[in-house]
Amino acid sequence: MTDKPADKLLGNDEAGVFALLFWTAVACLLIVAKTQDPAMEIHAWFGLVASVAGAFALIVHASERRGTPPDEIGGKPNYHMGPVKLATALGAFWGVVGFAAGLFIALQMTFPALNLDLPWTTFGRLRPVHTSAVIFAFGGNVLIATSFYVVQRTCRARLAGGMWPWLVVWGYNAFIVIAASGYVLGVTQSKEYAEPEWYADLWLTIVWVIYLLVFLGTLWKRKEPHIYVANWFFLAFIVTIAMLHVVNNLAIPVSLTSSKSYIVWAGVQDAMTQWWYGHNAVGFFLTAGFLGIMYYFIPKRAERPVYSYRLSIIHFWSLIFLYIWAGPHHLHYTSVPQWAQTLGMTFSIMLWMPSWGGMINGIMTLSGAWDRLRTDPVLRMMVVSVAFYGMATFEGPLMSIRAVNSLSHYTDWTIGHVHSGALGWVGFISFGAIYCLVPWLWEKKRLYSLRAVEWHFWIATIGIVLYITAMWVAGIMQGLMWRAYTELGFLEYSFVESIDAMFPYYLIRALGGALFVIGSLIMVWNLWMTARHGEPAEEAAPRTLAAQPAE
Amino acid sequence: MADKKDIDEISGVETTGHEWDGLKELNNPLPRWWLWVLYATIIWAVGYWILMPSWPLINDHTRGLLGHSDRAVVVERIEALEALRRERGGRLIEASLDEVVETPALLEFAMASGRGAFGDNCAGCHGAGGAGAPGYPNLNDDNWLWGGTLEDIQESILYGIRSDHPQTRLGDMPAFGRDGILDIEEMRAVAAYVRGLSGLEVAEGADLDLGATVYADYCAACHGPAGEGSRDLGAPDLSNNIWLYGADVETIVTSVREGRASVMPAWEGRLDPVTTKALAVYVHSLGGGE
Repeated sequence: MTDKPADKLLGNDEAGVFALLFWTAVACLLIVAKTQDPAMEIHAWFGLVASVAGAFALIVHASERRGTPPDEIGGKPNYHMGPVKLATALGAFWGVVGFAAGLFIALQMTFPALNLDLPWTTFGRLRPVHTSAVIFAFGGNVLIATSFYVVQRTCRARLAGGMWPWLVVWGYNAFIVIAASGYVLGVTQSKEYAEPEWYADLWLTIVWVIYLLVFLGTLWKRKEPHIYVANWFFLAFIVTIAMLHVVNNLAIPVSLTSSKSYIVWAGVQDAMTQWWYGHNAVGFFLTAGFLGIMYYFIPKRAERPVYSYRLSIIHFWSLIFLYIWAGPHHLHYTSVPQWAQTLGMTFSIMLWMPSWGGMINGIMTLSGAWDRLRTDPVLRMMVVSVAFYGMATFEGPLMSIRAVNSLSHYTDWTIGHVHSGALGWVGFISFGAIYCLVPWLWEKKRLYSLRAVEWHFWIATIGIVLYITAMWVAGIMQGLMWRAYTELGFLEYSFVESIDAMFPYYLIRALGGALFVIGSLIMVWNLWMTARHGEPAEEAAPRTLAAQPAE
Repeated sequence: MADKKDIDEISGVETTGHEWDGLKELNNPLPRWWLWVLYATIIWAVGYWILMPSWPLINDHTRGLLGHSDRAVVVERIEALEALRRERGGRLIEASLDEVVETPALLEFAMASGRGAFGDNCAGCHGAGGAGAPGYPNLNDDNWLWGGTLEDIQESILYGIRSDHPQTRLGDMPAFGRDGILDIEEMRAVAAYVRGLSGLEVAEGADLDLGATVYADYCAACHGPAGEGSRDLGAPDLSNNIWLYGADVETIVTSVREGRASVMPAWEGRLDPVTTKALAVYVHSLGGGE
């Protein structure tokens, strides 16, 4: 794909990227000219400037480079790590932004005056900024970075698609900017975790399909006879998210120049579609994708083989088969038919062991290397992450039981559950992977400071514990207060009383969140120092296949 | 490579024989306990499907051997709750407000009902304890805009104030400045004069004579010659140093210039008659009931 005939400025891949950016710029220009919707105008300007800048950078790059990068140099794969570096750096950046936004809205819950009486800074608009920033911006960039890294290394093949991987990373981040700025401006389709409006969704669909093709193309070119387990998980994640995203966001815009659209699904069908999407965003984005990370980075860091190949097969297939059914447990005791609730609940219970398969394989991979937990805070972070994964995937089936859900639903218990998964599992496995990736990508011998990782680990762990215990207490208390009746048959507490009672727990939650933010700042400092001032690795070439000396 | 056995030295377990970027996989069997728990959850799920409504059919769904239905359970529970309430407080429907207050069992019932209803419907504006906020009257004191008897309070709740209910309480504070009736000097003067009615300090140089004239010409008709207010019109007492919006000159000038027309919604039709009755009793009991 990267052939560059002598008489042409652009290779095929570059011409394709250029054409996409060109037509995006044209579409944005038309919208800028026609729209009367201020938010749409801002976004169209952004799209116009970004695509023109992208096309310009592409042309400059094409005119300066000599020849096309070969797939192999001296018999060794010539890995394409530029997009991986970019996504890793952006992941760390968005992580801090997303955690800080979370801390701010946690403080808004504690001290409502922080809503500042401005429309742009109300909790309702900032909450999706937080959720999208941590899930899609932080998590998404980490997933793109690690999947592009892992698929190359475990296939011994250069990333397919020439310039296209660059478009995936930049295009995905452009989506993030459009989504987040839209929320602040009040542009939302009001579907949880699928708030971005139709034009942002369309752009993401294009980017995501390219992502899928780059990933598949790399698998296709692989020099290994078999596909490594991490890649199964990455592929399941990419394919399923594409399907979920498209179906849940089927919408008809009011006009092509309006930011407003209407979803084609209605009523109970919309609710079912939304939570089919929502739960599998957890299942395939936050679980399958990050299990892909786990399956590469834990054995790599521990320098031990994966515990059980058979377990990896069985838990992979059972996980993806069962997860897709579990969505209705978000809709217990609603107008969704009871039979659908039953299926959602029972499939969630059956999901327990398939989820734990990943935990067993992650933790047991350390057999023979347990001593490393004492000395290597990066590995410890990843193993603790798998422990949080195990805890959250036990708590999840528990909360899906209708009787438990009748107490837990709509309370902060749900928030606590999500965060034990998000901060503990997704956060820590991502930090672990980033701590591994930065020295490898920037060709440094080791991280700038392992002590700083120790500090990050302990500060963030205490933060998580404060967060989730506060939310357990708060959630169970809310559930009990909401269902308490007096002997005369009246509610014992009004809703505001239950909110009033939350103050101390919301304060503790914010404190936990603050610790997590501090930890992430320590990480960013450490990564910066590693990339800028770390001791260079001895061999300038990328790491070879042979086992590495202990790092 | 696969036909040659590759044994991991540390665990002594065979690997699958493949290697990716230095990574291998051991050929450990599935943990027994893991497999048995997986089977157990599957068996449990199948059992649950047999007993409860579960799989969709073409026009219906499997009903389950237990014949359980959420809808039936909800209907049953609501009926039970209503029966309990009828038994303990059924007489509240016919009883007059005075009777409710005088009968301990009814009073207890009304207070229990009113307390919950107040928290969920009234506290948003009037505060959880009924202490009010600027623009939202304090319900704990004995200063009533529209009257503080049980009947007065019930009427305010049922029909609202400047609401869309046909029987709503209506009172109109005109926008004297916006509508060009008074100029800014007159408004400042009357604001100073009104502060004086409550015995508050009057700024030096304020034209109290002008204020008194303006007051007599434009305000006294509703608020009374001495500022004592009128409950028939909902015109606040201006002489008791209780301020709905604020006592400073600027706030008073704003009231005079723009008028005030805050709304209390009508609750008739939104809350059932027993609840509004209970709310009247509850609010009456907060401290200032007449």
